[in-house]
Amino acid sequence: MKVTVIGGGVAGIQTAIALKELGLTPIIIEKNDHLGGKLCGWHKLFPTMTPAEQVLTPLLERVKALGIEVMLSTEVTSIDSDGVQTSQGRIESAATVICSGFDLFDATLKEEYGYGIYDNVITSADLERMMNNGKVALADGTQPHRIAFLHCVGSRDEKVQQRHCSKVCCVTGVKQAIEMRRWFPKSEIYNFYMDIRMFGAGYEEMYRSAQQEHGIQFIRGRISEAAPVLNGKVQIKAEDTLIGRPLKMTVDLLVLLIGMTAGQSNKCWTRCAGITQSDSMFLKPKNMFAGNVCSDAPNIFYAGTVTAPKTIGESLNEANAAAMRVAQYLGRL
Amino acid sequence: MSKRYSWNEFQKEIADDHYFYARSCIRQNFFPGSEQAFLNIMRNDLGKDVFEDARHTSCTGIGYHSDIVPLETIMTVVARQFALMTEAGYENLTSSCITSFGIYTEILETWKEFPETLEQTRKSLYEATGRTFEIPKNVAHTSDVIFHNREQIAEKAKLKLVNAMTGEPLRVVEHIGCHYAKIFPSKGVGGSEFPYVLAGMIESWGGEVVDYPERRHCCGFGFRNYLVQANRGYSVANSRKKFESMAPYKPDFIVCNCPGCTMFLDKWQYTLAEMEGSTYGQDNRGIPVLSYEEMAGLVLGYDPWELGMQMHQVDVEPLLDKMGVDYEPSSKYLGKKGKFIGAPKSAIVNSSPAEKYYRIKR
Amino acid sequence: MIDFGFGVNVARAVNMDRNNLDTAHDIFNSLPDLQACIACGSCTATCTAGNLTSFNFRKVHTLVRRGEYKEAYSEMSKCMLCGKCRLVCPRGINTRGVVLTIKKKLGDY
Repeated sequence: MKVTVIGGGVAGIQTAIALKELGLTPIIIEKNDHLGGKLCGWHKLFPTMTPAEQVLTPLLERVKALGIEVMLSTEVTSIDSDGVQTSQGRIESAATVICSGFDLFDATLKEEYGYGIYDNVITSADLERMMNNGKVALADGTQPHRIAFLHCVGSRDEKVQQRHCSKVCCVTGVKQAIEMRRWFPKSEIYNFYMDIRMFGAGYEEMYRSAQQEHGIQFIRGRISEAAPVLNGKVQIKAEDTLIGRPLKMTVDLLVLLIGMTAGQSNKCWTRCAGITQSDSMFLKPKNMFAGNVCSDAPNIFYAGTVTAPKTIGESLNEANAAAMRVAQYLGRL
Repeated sequence: MSKRYSWNEFQKEIADDHYFYARSCIRQNFFPGSEQAFLNIMRNDLGKDVFEDARHTSCTGIGYHSDIVPLETIMTVVARQFALMTEAGYENLTSSCITSFGIYTEILETWKEFPETLEQTRKSLYEATGRTFEIPKNVAHTSDVIFHNREQIAEKAKLKLVNAMTGEPLRVVEHIGCHYAKIFPSKGVGGSEFPYVLAGMIESWGGEVVDYPERRHCCGFGFRNYLVQANRGYSVANSRKKFESMAPYKPDFIVCNCPGCTMFLDKWQYTLAEMEGSTYGQDNRGIPVLSYEEMAGLVLGYDPWELGMQMHQVDVEPLLDKMGVDYEPSSKYLGKKGKFIGAPKSAIVNSSPAEKYYRIKR
Repeated sequence: MIDFGFGVNVARAVNMDRNNLDTAHDIFNSLPDLQACIACGSCTATCTAGNLTSFNFRKVHTLVRRGEYKEAYSEMSKCMLCGKCRLVCPRGINTRGVVLTIKKKLGDY
């Protein structure tokens, strides 16, 4: 029996693998010309510093080995109870799993940080790309001496309609700070945060090692604005809330830890009966406990960040859970 | 500046013609030539219709922001300006003051959010004056209107914001004023972080906009802060913060949006020179501070003394020479009929050094 | 110079470009476990001196970390070295060691 999997990121890939292993016939529909989703852009994964390709490559090999059908460069334009409509035609299926993921927050919306205007203001995604390319440097090719990370850019911020916590940026900030320490052993590194939310196994330990072994300074306060300085540096202002005084400093590089925002396609999916969005615009699961991977439609399921910000590991687990629920629904269990 | 695209996201509607003009208390008193220049540019250079009613009053913004005038009162005063506009048959209001503009915008939003306050205001105005009013169709600051017409002005320009000696663009610091877009970012051209209203004029007229670390910082005007003598140290410290931040960029002049900022950034340079002995600017003669009307006037070839630029604390002559403005240095303090209008006393940032360079008639 | 009847207020902001962080780095290098502080405030909550004076251990060592050394030395003198803060610290920081090291390194201030 055919099952449509929308999205070929880690959640979609793992869902398809699990469905195939359960004896069903999944088809992955991916809008890009390759599988892997956002994971393709990441360098190393927290908290173990595992290279991203060590997670992705076995998944892709498994897709190939199992002969799972994949449609690349194909967009799903609508979902209904009998299948999906795509840019390449209609696909009939007995069930659909939505794994369309999240979008990265557009940092230009936080105008006060000057992303896209000031050369040495970059995002966490840009930094991952630089690390993947093997060259981390300032716009003029030189090495940074003072680096600031800003947490919660596009998270917990109603000014940009992002009230939710993106969950993974805190630990990403800690991970990237440690990586920067390795790239630039003599640099000064500051993380500006509102709260440090270390929710996963090994995260708190990683935070402590960032402080103690890597000498990362953590300043509790949100940067209010970034401005240019003559020599290409960036001046930032924040409050050091633990001493109760404003603080300003000039940094060579400002890294914005951008959050996860609900996928643009979510709105389109809600045209199908049984799919709704929560206040954060992520899709709303049937219930938050036993029905995390279910929609209100009996044969439409969710896996991964389409319902909320999640880590790679959580997305992979959800993919297995969704596949189980599909199999159960189709009488294969 | 090519990267400064964000202003496209914040485009406000600016009426094209037929404005009811509301003057500014501070601009009238400290830069009276600027308001006249606005009317001349609009009417004579651009052929637009601007109507003024001598019966319009202060918006009472200074009192409002100093906790002297209550909200209900200022709403009624503003309603009266709207009544004069309505009676004259106009729908577009243009205000010469950033604080008034902020107040008009704030009150219109308040009336929208809380319709009962609009009803109360209508009642109060009618009881007090017998007048009724319509809500303006369009409210724009006068700098918005100049921005709207910046390309026509560029076409008619006699001079550019360029150093006539070197051909290099002049380096201009723009200062927007807090109440222009920090209250309602969508009501300002370009929003509040990268406002484009003055930057757009500067770019269209050949200058180069200087971005510096404290660009977004308040000038320190702050109403209740400068009104109380003991609090002025707080006010002046903000201006100093800006001067120190912009000085390394060697700006040729500052252009301001708000009458209060124009006054403060000009006069505080004198105050700081007297208090601390520090002067800013490339030749230690201060950084000239212009209103956008004066900047537009110079570009259109107006005489600087007609524009009232002798009223400035910081001498403008170095800038005029740099731009290649054709003017008569000696007649700086001569009025319409060649009569001496008085001159400020010597100070570090004004006439003392100017006298060294020019023979100024008395 | 003219007296206008008011002065020019001094900025309160911690200026990390002007502050010399060398001594702070020196202190933290000799006390790496102080880096692990998560600013929970347990130390200040339980502090014998802090309940009677303005002494705030958490704040004082954070100021030192930002290069704001002035007054840190005299503030640290308010500590009675009772050691209760060390008992409550969830990160196991040797707080008495911090007090003594800061006093030693900031003796010049």
